[in-house]
Amino acid sequence: MSDVFIAFQANEESRPVIDAIVADNPHAVLSHPTGLVKVNAPNALTIRRETIEGLIGRSFDLQQIHVNLVTISGYIDEDDDQLTLSWKH
Amino acid sequence: MNIDLQAREITPLRNTYDHVARHIGGDKVASRYQEATFGAQPMVNFHYRPTWDPGHELFDAGRSKIVLADWYVLKDPRQFYYATWTMTRAKQQDAMESNFQFVEQRGMLSMMSDALRDKTLEILMPLRHAAWGANMNNASICAYGFGTAFTAPAMFHAMDNLGVAQYLTRLGLAMGDAQTLDEGKQRWLEAPAWQGLRRLVEDSFVVQDPFELFVAQNLLIDGLLYPLVYGAFVDDHVALQGGTAVAMLTNFMPEWHDESARWIDAVVKAAATESEANRALLREWSRHWVDRAQAALAPIARLALGDQGEAVLNEAREQLQTRLDKAGLKA
Repeated sequence: MSDVFIAFQANEESRPVIDAIVADNPHAVLSHPTGLVKVNAPNALTIRRETIEGLIGRSFDLQQIHVNLVTISGYIDEDDDQLTLSWKH
Repeated sequence: MNIDLQAREITPLRNTYDHVARHIGGDKVASRYQEATFGAQPMVNFHYRPTWDPGHELFDAGRSKIVLADWYVLKDPRQFYYATWTMTRAKQQDAMESNFQFVEQRGMLSMMSDALRDKTLEILMPLRHAAWGANMNNASICAYGFGTAFTAPAMFHAMDNLGVAQYLTRLGLAMGDAQTLDEGKQRWLEAPAWQGLRRLVEDSFVVQDPFELFVAQNLLIDGLLYPLVYGAFVDDHVALQGGTAVAMLTNFMPEWHDESARWIDAVVKAAATESEANRALLREWSRHWVDRAQAALAPIARLALGDQGEAVLNEAREQLQTRLDKAGLKA
């Protein structure tokens, strides 16, 4: 079993994305290297657009995460509503 | 020569300002919306009472009959502060510019029949003046209201109404010329079908209670006007008869109406939830102003949709009542 991770710049825009990931992925662990927020999770991690929209109170295009996305580990499965990182190829 | 670069972690001693922390509790990280809103309302040191209203302080919750222990409960679910509101509207403006280009390049407006063109202008041009009225009223709500959570989004709403008026102006100029706008103004001033709405708007200018004005203008007048004009008339009638261009060039209006309805409904619900007295007051205001709004819009509905006008307006009223019920104002 391996971790997947995703890292964002630590700023105002990425805050609701991080909060959504933490809310939807109970086994996720945060760390804060300088200037970044890194989320590690065993096996898989999912970002849901609906959760982010609930936090910010406005509509959100999942592609907006790329503005502050720094790096990813894992294979990506994405559509308009979610982005999942896992080791399933 | 060796240059030794190091990254130093400097962690903040506190996560936000005391006047914000007082409202969100503990030492939590605050969002920009929270920092722009909580604790921003001036509460003390007002010095002189205004010469134009010596019965009140400069900022005075007493200008409204609504009573709230904490006016910050009227939060905006959209969490708009200046930056997010500006960026959202900028994106919408880009989309509208795109629509204007699309329509103009293909000459879509000239493909409309004369009858449809005339009917469209007859209904939409006088609404520039209704939108201006809404701009005035929201500026008034911002000026005389109490509590930054309530007044700041009112100013955004005032500017949004100005945007609506400007889009209607551009539509008029695209479909006609400056005289088209003058004709619309003449209708607003003189045509019998419009005098009910005009009187309603002008009467709203002298409503003294900022919360009553909020309910009258944003919830009740607009709550009937927008579904009638942009839902029933533009989308279901004009667009289906070859006027798709009109729907494109007024796309901002229904989109903005739905988005701001979330804010308006949340504010009314928060005020109604606080006390039975507030709820009774809101119910009384709603009954009064929705009756007036429906009466004022009836001749316009008939002008726009003929025999179907009355039924459409009734349906809009029913849907507005559902909104009111959800906000806790069930009769």
